[in-house]
Amino acid sequence: MSNNESPQKTTGLHVGKAEPGCKKNDPMLVIDNVKKSFGGLTAVDVEHLEIPKNAITALIGPNGAGKTTLFNLLTGFDNPDTGTWSFLGNSLSGVPSFKVAQMGQVRTFQLTKALSLLTVLDNMKLGAKDQAGENIFRSLFPGFWKKQDQEIEVKALELLKRFKLDAKKSDFAASLSGGQRKLLEMARALMTDPVLVMLDEPMAGVNPALTQSLLEHVLDLKKDGMTVLFVEHDMHMVRHIADWVVVMAEGKVVAEGPPDTVMKEQAVIDAYLGAHQDTDLGVVTGRIDTINEEKSK
Amino acid sequence: MDWGTIFNNTLAGLLTPTTIAFALAALGLAMHFGFAGLLNFGIAGFMAIGAYGYAISVLTFGFPWWAGMLMGILGSIGFAILLGVPTLRLRGDYLAIATIAAAEIARLLFLTTAFTDVTGSADGLFGYNKSGGFTAANPFPPGSYGFGPWTYNSETLWVLTFGLAVLAICVWFLWALMRSPWGRVIKGIREDEDAIRALGKNVFAYKLQALIIGGVFGGMGGIIYAAFANVSPGVYVTSITFFIWTSLLLGGAATIFGPVIGAVIFWTLQAFLSNILPELALNGILPVDGTQAATLRFVLVGIGLMLLVVYRPQGIFGDKREMTFVK
Repeated sequence: MSNNESPQKTTGLHVGKAEPGCKKNDPMLVIDNVKKSFGGLTAVDVEHLEIPKNAITALIGPNGAGKTTLFNLLTGFDNPDTGTWSFLGNSLSGVPSFKVAQMGQVRTFQLTKALSLLTVLDNMKLGAKDQAGENIFRSLFPGFWKKQDQEIEVKALELLKRFKLDAKKSDFAASLSGGQRKLLEMARALMTDPVLVMLDEPMAGVNPALTQSLLEHVLDLKKDGMTVLFVEHDMHMVRHIADWVVVMAEGKVVAEGPPDTVMKEQAVIDAYLGAHQDTDLGVVTGRIDTINEEKSK
Repeated sequence: MDWGTIFNNTLAGLLTPTTIAFALAALGLAMHFGFAGLLNFGIAGFMAIGAYGYAISVLTFGFPWWAGMLMGILGSIGFAILLGVPTLRLRGDYLAIATIAAAEIARLLFLTTAFTDVTGSADGLFGYNKSGGFTAANPFPPGSYGFGPWTYNSETLWVLTFGLAVLAICVWFLWALMRSPWGRVIKGIREDEDAIRALGKNVFAYKLQALIIGGVFGGMGGIIYAAFANVSPGVYVTSITFFIWTSLLLGGAATIFGPVIGAVIFWTLQAFLSNILPELALNGILPVDGTQAATLRFVLVGIGLMLLVVYRPQGIFGDKREMTFVK
């Protein structure tokens, strides 16, 4: 296993001090004043955030911090109340999700969405963009799409081989294990030739043996010139592969920076463990009178 | 018991204009439900629009029969768009409610006396096959054709030939679509539309196209039915929708030939039951009278539908792994 040697980290991504909302040398996604509330709850309230290009950025934070909601907003699966955001200089406000994907920003889902009753190969072929045979009129005549379909199949088989799913190509996706579905979803996303890959908890529910190969696939994405933004709870993974870490809590970005320094920041510790971690639980809940008395002295 | 007549009538049910009309409508449902995952409980509405579109354009606007049929098809396209644009954003089960309501609205509009001049209200419409020239277009000289239970006069033979030709074209069309990348996207939408959206496909446009194609098949079913019988609002009731669903599930929802074979089996069974049940009652084997026995077959259809969904959800021809209601 090659996990003993640390992967090459990309450094020098930011300009100035590494603080929430700091400028990046080469931003891919720029987010401004994006706000989304569900009733009285503000799920996401990001003032300014830039995601660096050609790097692996991790988005971390405790449960309910608004990570997945931010993902949904950025990919057009949900609409924010206010705010603007742009991808490679193109504004994405109000752009429907399928157009966002066509621009090269592809995502996966926290709950894996394998198309269960399609074969693994069909799952892959669906990912390819600009297929002539997907037009209803041209689809009737194989002359228009047969050749392209064969090229897509070659590409799909190559990717399946890389993800070690080639033996499963004619099985229904429903027969794959949870980890294999994660792999399939990632491989399918790659069929779209993305520039930015957004992974929502790629490691959730994956056994340790597969984790290793998934990690390497994520690192390979960077090697192939793609940008990765991922949400993850597994801190070892974040430390291991992320070049940049964005920490969210209660909808806001509370810290940013390279993984080894950002994890030590007080704001991050507060976000994960609570600001009163050093205080006795009795004081927080106010149930132990003695401590209150001591304090009042 | 007169087994000869019973079997003769049963075998005759194999090939009738009604069977073809149902096969077409079931084919439309296969597109909607089997492939695109759209729960359409308003297929009777599409048939009604097709049939009335044809009859009204001939009777009220004086169109020739082929133009009238085209109007029927255009009508079902319009109905699909009208229904689809506001409702395709709904989740599956809500779409089912919206479609059943839309089909009822269509039927009640044809039934109301407000438009009696055009729709004929409860009497329905008739005579359009003659005045539109469909009867005159019959290439078969008068006489008796076929053999045994399948003996037809030239008029029925013409409707059958015409209906079979339309059915063959529709079957080819669906087969050609579903083997293509377009069909792949449609099946993907059935599985998970968000996943397809994330891959850059315009899911709404695909669903609308599927709704239109299935709707046109349903409309053509209505037209074939109208080419044989009169157009009457009493035909396009909700129970027709469930007969078509039974035919579809019998054959296999996600198959091409399944709905066709399913419709044939359904109508053959119907013919058999409607002959044998009164006979059984007459001979004292069933403890009911003749008319009750005839309606008993609809009870059996309901039971059959339930058993199918529970024990053989993929139908006769379906792939057990592909179409199942338990995910």
